[in-house]
Amino acid sequence: MLATTRTIPDVLVFIASALIILSGAVGVVICKNPVHSALSLIGTLLGVALAFVEQQAHFLAAAQIIVYAGAIVILFLFVIMFLGVDREEKISVEPLVGHRPLAITAVGVIVGGLIALIAAGGWYSGAHSVAGPNDPSNDVGALGKAVFTTYLFAFEATALLLIIAVVGAVLLARRQPEGRSRESAASPGPALDPAQDAVDAAPIASDADQTDERLGDELGQDQDHEEVAP
Amino acid sequence: MTIPASWYLVLSVLLFGIGATGFLIRRNVLVMFMCIELMLNSANLAFVTFSRVLDDVGGQATVFFVLVVAAAEVTVGLGIVVSIFRRRNSAIVDDVHEMKG
Repeated sequence: MLATTRTIPDVLVFIASALIILSGAVGVVICKNPVHSALSLIGTLLGVALAFVEQQAHFLAAAQIIVYAGAIVILFLFVIMFLGVDREEKISVEPLVGHRPLAITAVGVIVGGLIALIAAGGWYSGAHSVAGPNDPSNDVGALGKAVFTTYLFAFEATALLLIIAVVGAVLLARRQPEGRSRESAASPGPALDPAQDAVDAAPIASDADQTDERLGDELGQDQDHEEVAP
Repeated sequence: MTIPASWYLVLSVLLFGIGATGFLIRRNVLVMFMCIELMLNSANLAFVTFSRVLDDVGGQATVFFVLVVAAAEVTVGLGIVVSIFRRRNSAIVDDVHEMKG
């Protein structure tokens, strides 16, 4: 039965991708160190790319590896290293009593319901969208044609979205210029600031200054160590 | 290519469940972001599977847009994390409780 309806290599590739995906996902959740979680995430992303190749979505597999493993996970790792939050989290402590059993029960109900829905198999509509048929021998061409004709407006909108994201990230992450107090700054500054500054400007400003000094001291100490080490 | 769609859909559901569990039980903001990425990936896997089964390239185009949105979301989200960390010196969500009424 198995050999007649589907070929053995396909089944092996599916099992391999499923193992990689699920073990990586479990690793993301249970690793105490965020760096280990990020590395497990790379495993999951590569497994998903393998599943894409198995389903003849070659361009998406390449984009998955380039965008996710190449850019997003690197961004995660960069932030982890930059902030120095790679110390381990105490997973055994449960701040809310009964929080975890409730969460796992809720997710179990959702997963069970979805699998029951798949088993019922009532999701086939059979109606084609406007995008056109999927051509397995030329998936890059078909996808490119769909993106640049049918979905052209959405494509332009994503370009705008990326620009907005870049501007927002710069505004959020940049430091306030020296010599200008936070309340009187005319520039937009970090988007989260103004409302809170109006309420309690002085304590937060001093907090931030202390944090900056602390960070600066740590950085300075690190540099000293590097100079002393050799 | 001859794998039935339901196998991939079940795999996608399991991946989504693991991601949702991690998002609910972890308290490190960065790990919670990674769990969101897991859920996005499970949706992508389901989209590609439906694209193959229904012979419609629209599913693959949707995955392409999801990739872009995920990149933008991570950029802004990590910017917010850096901004909060500068102020609170912590990346644990329980420490950010200033907005509670």
